[in-house]
Amino acid sequence: MENKGLNKVDLIFEKIDNHEVLAKGFKMSKDEIIQEILNSGLKGRGGAGFPTGMKWKFTSEAKSPEKYIVCNADEGEPGTFKDREILDRVSNKVHGGMAIAGKAIGAKKGIVYLRGEYRYLLPKLMIELDSFHKMIKKIGYDFEIEYRLGSGAYICGEESALFESIEGKRGEPRNKPPYPTVSGVYGKPTSINNVETLVTAMMIVQHGAKNFIQYGTKDSRGSKVFSVSGDTPTPGIFELELGMTVQQFVNEFGDGDTKAVQVGGASGFCVPRKKFAETIIGFEGVPTGGSMKLFNSSRSMYNVLHNYLEFFTEESCGQCTPCRVGCQQLLKGVEKVKKGEAKSTYLNELMKLADTMKIAAKCGLGQSVGNAFKSIVGNFKEEIIY
Amino acid sequence: MYQVGNLVKELSDKHGHARESLMPILQAIVQKHNYLTDEAMVEVARELDISAAEVYGTASFYTFLDTQVKGKYVIRVCKTITCSMKGKSDIIQSIEEMLNIKVGETTPDNQFSLIETNCIGWCHKAPAILINDLPFTELTPEKVTEIIKDYMQK
Repeated sequence: MENKGLNKVDLIFEKIDNHEVLAKGFKMSKDEIIQEILNSGLKGRGGAGFPTGMKWKFTSEAKSPEKYIVCNADEGEPGTFKDREILDRVSNKVHGGMAIAGKAIGAKKGIVYLRGEYRYLLPKLMIELDSFHKMIKKIGYDFEIEYRLGSGAYICGEESALFESIEGKRGEPRNKPPYPTVSGVYGKPTSINNVETLVTAMMIVQHGAKNFIQYGTKDSRGSKVFSVSGDTPTPGIFELELGMTVQQFVNEFGDGDTKAVQVGGASGFCVPRKKFAETIIGFEGVPTGGSMKLFNSSRSMYNVLHNYLEFFTEESCGQCTPCRVGCQQLLKGVEKVKKGEAKSTYLNELMKLADTMKIAAKCGLGQSVGNAFKSIVGNFKEEIIY
Repeated sequence: MYQVGNLVKELSDKHGHARESLMPILQAIVQKHNYLTDEAMVEVARELDISAAEVYGTASFYTFLDTQVKGKYVIRVCKTITCSMKGKSDIIQSIEEMLNIKVGETTPDNQFSLIETNCIGWCHKAPAILINDLPFTELTPEKVTEIIKDYMQK
């Protein structure tokens, strides 16, 4: 197993000449851009980790006079706040990444879907977008970006729910296939990418895939912005090379008493102390959209799990039964076990329910509830029961 | 209750009458009046030529598109894990005592509503709240008291 250790990187927030990078990108053919992104091995930075180059390739191959590049800025996963920081500090690179993606897939229109909780950023973003539009007009490139706002629904971070929301509907995920690359927003071929993915793609155009793959591991190329919170003396946003172990992460960010790290937010995995050394943060180990929450030994993992289950129960869109009822039953179930109203063996039934949700739920929300549930109950059973 | 007047017409002329204009229109009404009345939703349905049930169905899906009376200043306290670990309950208690309302309620003068909300993306500066669009972070009971005091004088 490759292990790169903990290394700080400055790529996402690196100061660049936006005009120069874009001019370079626009000179490349769409196939050259896609090839460069494929060579870089870049995987989506929102959490799901789909290869970005493949997504762009599929969208570029779809036949339609109208296509869209959508930037997913509906950052709702508990514990992640890096997209807000990226938009706040380097929105020009987000817009630039969208324009380059637009060139690659053949889209003249971009839409940023910004979560309602970040509305306060909008006045500043509008000014920056205006100067971006002027700049690409000067380069002589036809591309336009529009901002749309969310209104407080975690599920709208799911790509097809996000499209529904843009179209003025309830944010209920669609059945797949068809995938967005064939039928996305307004039923047109769409590439939907996370804020950080678009910036990373732009930096790959700037530095070249060859330089990018120097960082990270075979399965997790490059670096990534991590949102660090919880029991840590240094909470905040840190760009780190991929491929470190949880132990190395804890050595840097822990408070000396870390008992568990929740990697990837409420929909991610809980790593207990005894597995810190063997667990790699990345697609070969525990994947993450950047959310890293540290818990020290003063914290009750029952409270953590209960908080996550309440979150999912409230944020489930209610459309499919496995998720709607499953979340409620997991929550009621752990409460019953805690109160002694159900035997501890009832947890085994709940584990099975979590497995069922993984198979039967319609979208990523319901499918991933089991990640936190199983890893917390599996590793901290005694805290859930007593 | 507010009178929606010409607002819906102005907004639909600005954003367009297609279905995809629904969210921006509803969001703009909430920005101005803090919540959606039945009258406003019926008016939006008429302007966009869709059923009022479609408008209500969409509005009621989103927690920020309130269909119940809300005060001029909506205080949303983050209750997700980090804020919860870092003293969210003390923040709520301070606000409750100050405004003499409980979570979920609105002051009789319709100035403030207090609600809990899920992760607002400030975990590194927990506990955090939103007052309308603005975030306030790294709160203590003292700090939040000062902030609410400022809003009371607005």
